[in-house]
Amino acid sequence: MADGVKPRVKVPKTAAAGDTITIKTLISHKMESGQRKDGDGNVIPRSIINRFTCDFNGQNVIDITLEAAISTNPYFEFQAIVPEAGEFKFTWYDDDGSVYEETKEISVS
Amino acid sequence: MMKLAGVAGIFLVGFFGAVAYADPAEDTLILNEDIKMVTKTAAPAHLSDVMDEVYSGWLFRGTETRAMQADDFDNPGMLFVEQAEGVWNTVEGSEDKSCASCHGASEEMAGVKAVYPKWNETAGEVRTIEMQVNDCRENQMGAEKWGYTSGNMVNMTALLASVSRGMPVNVAIDGPAQSVWEDGKELYYTRTGQLEMSCANCHEDNYGSMIRADHLSQGQINAFPVYRLKNTKLNAVHSRFKGCVRDTRAETYSAGSPEFIALELYVSSRGNGLSVEGPSVRN
Amino acid sequence: MELTRRSVLQLGAGILVVASVPLKAFAAGEDLIESFTGGADIAEGGVTLTAPEIAENGNTVPIEVDAPGASEILVMAMGNPTPNVATFKFGALSASHSASTRIRLAGTQEVVAIAKMQDGSFARASATVKVTIGGCGG
Ligand code: HEC
Ligand code: HEC
Repeated sequence: MADGVKPRVKVPKTAAAGDTITIKTLISHKMESGQRKDGDGNVIPRSIINRFTCDFNGQNVIDITLEAAISTNPYFEFQAIVPEAGEFKFTWYDDDGSVYEETKEISVS
Repeated sequence: MMKLAGVAGIFLVGFFGAVAYADPAEDTLILNEDIKMVTKTAAPAHLSDVMDEVYSGWLFRGTETRAMQADDFDNPGMLFVEQAEGVWNTVEGSEDKSCASCHGASEEMAGVKAVYPKWNETAGEVRTIEMQVNDCRENQMGAEKWGYTSGNMVNMTALLASVSRGMPVNVAIDGPAQSVWEDGKELYYTRTGQLEMSCANCHEDNYGSMIRADHLSQGQINAFPVYRLKNTKLNAVHSRFKGCVRDTRAETYSAGSPEFIALELYVSSRGNGLSVEGPSVRN
Repeated sequence: MELTRRSVLQLGAGILVVASVPLKAFAAGEDLIESFTGGADIAEGGVTLTAPEIAENGNTVPIEVDAPGASEILVMAMGNPTPNVATFKFGALSASHSASTRIRLAGTQEVVAIAKMQDGSFARASATVKVTIGGCGG
């Protein structure tokens, strides 16, 4: 697992059933593009987060394929419908096989 | 407001080709839809001969860059504040203490960053916040000092700045700190390097100019440390000083050197009255 | 970037240094579109791409795509060595079929978004982003 990788997500704590909410996510990651060279002229191997998904109670909200052109510390903002109370699950997949997960509960008023 | 008068203007034109001018943005920085930041205010008394108003570098950045700083979630610098929060609460060193053991929650440090660099009576020296943090690590915790611009250090200064955001910068320049402040002022106005330019030639005489596509600010440090889009990490004040000195093709001082400490005190005092903004977002 | 006399003289000629789009990358971008659409016609409109006209730094350029009724949006930076940037697939609980992110652009170029609609049709939007080069600070 790459060092210092830390996910952050921002989800409202409550919503009305059927509401649209805005979700923001950020994960600390170098997103080494595979196109840079080190001091000795050797190509630094690519090491990126290549996929990000968000699901709610088992149903998909968004599924993103990332390439090396996504900036360091990948950031996403998108909108979800909240049909009922439950849990958002966020998953980031690293080139090195690591998987980072984060969950957030939301209640429905 | 055409500022390209005088020798320095000619210098800029000479070195950079056509130089355009653009006013700072007419914009208000409201942090997290809550804290109204002072990004523009009357110049402190010691600058009254040379300028009327001081501006945060935020006003010289593009719309998208400004927006990124207005919300803690959008500001990537806050990732590092969170990392520092973890370190704040971590016990280290021979005394089995964390920063929190003595200082409580990090929010208890609100206001501290606003008055640094500051004269330390016991040590008989002007201390930057980095020096104070290392003093605590070494003498209070029995832990190893951090490198002056190391990741841990710049993250910690970002945490200390973040809890003071919105408070006015207010460094003392009189009393025992005065001679150091004078040294810093001299450095600020000394022309160096092959380009023979001083900080003032760019940041006092020509702020507002476009150097190539870069909108030149007053070079204030109320917003440090800064997350730069360019290197996608937090940058310490002394790292930025180094970059600017190097650009005049001069030998630069090292981070943590007496020269840069004096310069930091002086440059901070030029921003007295602006809000503490760190960690900010710059290009 | 160091302010050597030579670079300063070159810069004197024009404030913006505009990177020319390498032809090879452009072809790669077209290939990518071809494989995404399977060669189907692409309509203009139906997808919105929001990007700054001028980005202060190519390392972090905020963009937003929005295509009501899209199942997928492919984003490309036509002048990057590898044009593919990201593909957004919208699930059952996606509200607006829009998303924002931050991308890397190697110089001034065209950013393209191609949306695949739920009915199988395609739509395209593009935006030119000028990437500026800073003046100071190493
Ligand atoms: C054993 C107790 C102790 C620990 C642990 C400790 N400090 Fe301190 N700290 C002090 C004392 C005492 C002072 C006042 C020192 C002085 O004025 O000379 C101080 C002062 C400071 C100040 C300046 C406050 C001001 O108002 O000027 C900062 C900033 C600071 N500490 C940061 C830290 C950080 C960051 C850590 C953890 C890395 C830490 N300290 C750990 C005891 C501690
Ligand atoms: C050749 C012109 C030039 C000189 C000389 C120069 N700078 Fe700069 N400086 C710039 C440019 C260009 C920038 C980037 C745009 C901006 O923020 O103003 C910058 C940025 C800065 C910033 C960052 C401001 C922010 O809000 O992030 C600081 C601080 C700074 N300079 C301090 C100094 C100091 C101190 C000196 C003297 C040692 C100095 N500069 C000399 C051109 C210069």
